[in-house]
Amino acid sequence: MKTVNIMIVGVGGQGSLLASKLLGHLLVTEGYDVKVSEVHGMSQRGGSVVTYVRYGEKVYSPLVSTGEADYIISFEKLEAARHTPMLKIGGQIIVNTQQIDPMPVITGNAEYPENILDEHKNKGIKVDAIDALTLAKEAGSVKAVNIVLIGRLSTYFPFDKELWLRAIEETVAPKFVEMNKKAFLLGRGE
Amino acid sequence: MKELLIGNAALARGLYEAGVKVVSSYPGTPSTEITEFAAKYDEIYCEWAPNEKVATEVAFGASLGGARSACAMKHVGLNVAADPLFTLSYTGVRGGMVICVADDPAMHSSQNEQDSRHYAIAAKVPMLEPADSAEAYSFAKAAFDISEKYDTPVMMRMCTRIAHCQSIVETGKRDERDLIPYQKQPEKYIMMPGYAKKKHPVVEERTRALTEFAENCEFNKVFFAKNSDIGIVTAGTCYQYVKEVFGDSVSVFKIGMINPMPVKSLIEFAGKVKRLIVVEELDPVIETHLRTIGLNPEGKSLFSNIGEFSQMDIKKILLDKTEDSLHADSPVPNRPPVMCPGCPHRGIYYVLAKLKLTVLGDIGCYTLGATPPLNALDSTLCMGASVSGIHGFNKARGVDSEKNTVCVIGDSTFMHSGMTGLVNIAYNASNSVVIILDNSITGMTGHQQNPTTGYNIKGDPAAKVNLEELCRSLGIPRVRVVDPYDLAGCETAVKEELAADGPSVIISRRPCMLLKYVKAKPALTVETDKCRSCKSCMRLGCPAISIKNNKAVIDATQCVGCGVCEQLCKFDAIKEGV
Repeated sequence: MKTVNIMIVGVGGQGSLLASKLLGHLLVTEGYDVKVSEVHGMSQRGGSVVTYVRYGEKVYSPLVSTGEADYIISFEKLEAARHTPMLKIGGQIIVNTQQIDPMPVITGNAEYPENILDEHKNKGIKVDAIDALTLAKEAGSVKAVNIVLIGRLSTYFPFDKELWLRAIEETVAPKFVEMNKKAFLLGRGE
Repeated sequence: MKELLIGNAALARGLYEAGVKVVSSYPGTPSTEITEFAAKYDEIYCEWAPNEKVATEVAFGASLGGARSACAMKHVGLNVAADPLFTLSYTGVRGGMVICVADDPAMHSSQNEQDSRHYAIAAKVPMLEPADSAEAYSFAKAAFDISEKYDTPVMMRMCTRIAHCQSIVETGKRDERDLIPYQKQPEKYIMMPGYAKKKHPVVEERTRALTEFAENCEFNKVFFAKNSDIGIVTAGTCYQYVKEVFGDSVSVFKIGMINPMPVKSLIEFAGKVKRLIVVEELDPVIETHLRTIGLNPEGKSLFSNIGEFSQMDIKKILLDKTEDSLHADSPVPNRPPVMCPGCPHRGIYYVLAKLKLTVLGDIGCYTLGATPPLNALDSTLCMGASVSGIHGFNKARGVDSEKNTVCVIGDSTFMHSGMTGLVNIAYNASNSVVIILDNSITGMTGHQQNPTTGYNIKGDPAAKVNLEELCRSLGIPRVRVVDPYDLAGCETAVKEELAADGPSVIISRRPCMLLKYVKAKPALTVETDKCRSCKSCMRLGCPAISIKNNKAVIDATQCVGCGVCEQLCKFDAIKEGV
C-alpha cells in the first residue's frame, strides 16, 4: 500500500497531541508502520502547530511535504488555509469552523480572510466543515474538539467504529472516556 | 513489547535498560522529554540540575562513583557544559557515561542553529546519531558499552525530528548492574598538567582505535543498489528523507556513528559509485570528513546549510521534481506564538513598554514580550545574558542608561546562570535594575520544576531557594517583590528602583497561569455601550481581546479573568465576570 499522510493542524493548546496519540495508537494496533511528528516548545504558546501522522507498510520520513497530505484535520479555519498547499490534489480537508484571531489580526495589522472556506471550495478543494466546538460542548467539554474531529475523520477510513472506540478507551484518561466517546460519535454524525 | 515512542522516550528507555542509575539534566527543547521519561523509572535517580554544566558534572561524579550515568541538554546547553566535556574526554569514565544533546535545525524553539557534531570532533569523544526511535533506543544502550570499553563519555546526538517523532520500538528488560568498586586513581581523574599531558596521547590513540571500530561497527550501514551510479552518504533524519525519495534505487552509506567516521569503508563505498553525494542538515561535517580522506563529494554545493530538510528538498534538488497543490488566494496572516491569556509576564511588560525603557531580555516564555504590540525587549542572547549584559550596557553608557534601562530574567534562567551576573553587578558596583520574572516554574519547556519552586522532578517537596534572601546575600541591598497583575504597583516599583542609587532587584511574582493549581477566574466582559474604542486594552497584546465592529470584545473561551485589561480601561467598560 501507499503511505497515507495525515496532518493535524491548529492553534497551540488546542489538543492536537491527543488526536495524534489516538490515531497513532489505532494504527499501530492495526499492524501498520507508523510515524508521528509532534511539536513541542515555543510554538505551543498560541502559535500555529502542525502534527504529521504517516502510516503504511514502511514509513521513512516523519514529515509531510507540499502536495503530499491525503487528509488535513484543522482545528481552526485559518490554520486549514495555511496548510492547504500541503494537500494532495484530490485530498480532503476536515475543518472546525471556529475562528481564532491571530495576533496580527488582533492588533489590526492583518485581516482574517472572511470567506476562506468557500474560497477553498470554489477552487475545487474538498472541504468538510463542521462546528466541532458546539458538538464538543454538547459532549461535555470544549476540550473535546479534537475527538469530534477524529470522529469525522473516522468516516473516511475503512476501520470499524469499534476499533476507534477501543483506541479512545486505551489512550484517554478513564474519567474522560465516556465524554470523548460521545464527542467521537457526535463527530461522526451519530 | 512493541510501542510507539517519541525518540526522547525511546532514548530514555535505552538508558533504563542499560542499567543507568543517575540522570541529571537541565530542560531545553527538544531534549526535555529524555529526562522526563527517565524520571518515570523508579530504578533511575533523576533530577533537574540548575544548568547543563552542573548536570554534566553530576553525571561525571556518578560515573566516577561506578554507576552508569547520563545527562541531557539542548544544543545551546552543550555550550554551557562544554567545560566539563572537553576534560571528561581526558579523564574518561568509570561507569559508562552518555551525554545526550538535541539539535534544533530550523530553530523551532531555539535562538540559534548550531551543529553539535562539531563538539564531538573538537572534544574527541565518540558521537552516535540515531535516525528513528528504534535507533535512539538501541544506540543509547550500545553507547554505554562503547563508553566503558573505550574509557570515554559518549555523545548521543538527537535533532527535533528524531526527538519529537514517534516511531515503533521493540523494548526489552533492564540490565541491573552492580556499582563498579571505587578506586582512587589520581593520574586518571586529576587533570593537572602533569597528568593531563600523559592523557592527551591516550585520547589520540583512543580516536585511532574508534576509527578502526567505525569501519565495521553496527551503527554504520551500507546498502548497494543494483543499477545505480549514485551513492549517498547521510545520517540521522536525512537518511529517512533519502530513503523516502529513493527507496532502494540508490546506494546509501548511513552513518550512525558521526564521530569518529570510518575511512577505509567510505573510500571503498565511493569507489563503487560514480556520483558521490552527501545529504546532511546544517554544517558540512560528513562532507568535510570525506574531503579530508581524499574524496570529492557533492554536498553543500547542492544543499543548504540553513534550516531543516524534508523529502521535498531531496526530490527537488536531486530529481528536479515537485508535487502540485492548490490553495486559496486570500493572504493568510501569520500566527506567531504569544504569551497566554493571564500570563503574569504581560503586566510587567506593559509597564516597561509604557515607560519606554530599554530592556535586556533573556531566554524563556517571556522572550515573547519582544513581539508586537508590547515590543518590550531590546536584546536576547543566551541564558543569563540579560543580567551580565545590563551591567556592561550601563558601564558603557553611564547615568543616561542607568535611569531608563532594566533587564528581565525568569526564575529558572536566574538559577541557571543569572546569579553569577548578579554577583558581578554587586561586586563591581553597578547601578542596574534586575527584574526577576518569577512565575514559579520553568515555563517554555513545558513546566519543569527548578530550585525556586520547592518541588523536585518527581513532584515531591524539595528545598526551595528564597530569591529575596539569595539576592540580598549576593550583595544587592534593594530587593522588593511586586505582583505583575498590579500595574500601578509595578510602575511605582520600577520608577523608584530606577531612581535609587546602587543595584536593585525587583521580583515580579505570580505563578504561570497554565499551572494546574492556578485557578482561572470567570471571563471578563465588555459593556459595549461604555467602550469608546480607545484601544487602550489592545496595547496588552492579550489573545483574548479583539476589536469587533469598533468595540472591544473579550473571548470568554480564552479569558482567565486576570483583570489587567480592566485596569487600563478609562471608561470602566470592562467588568468582572460571574
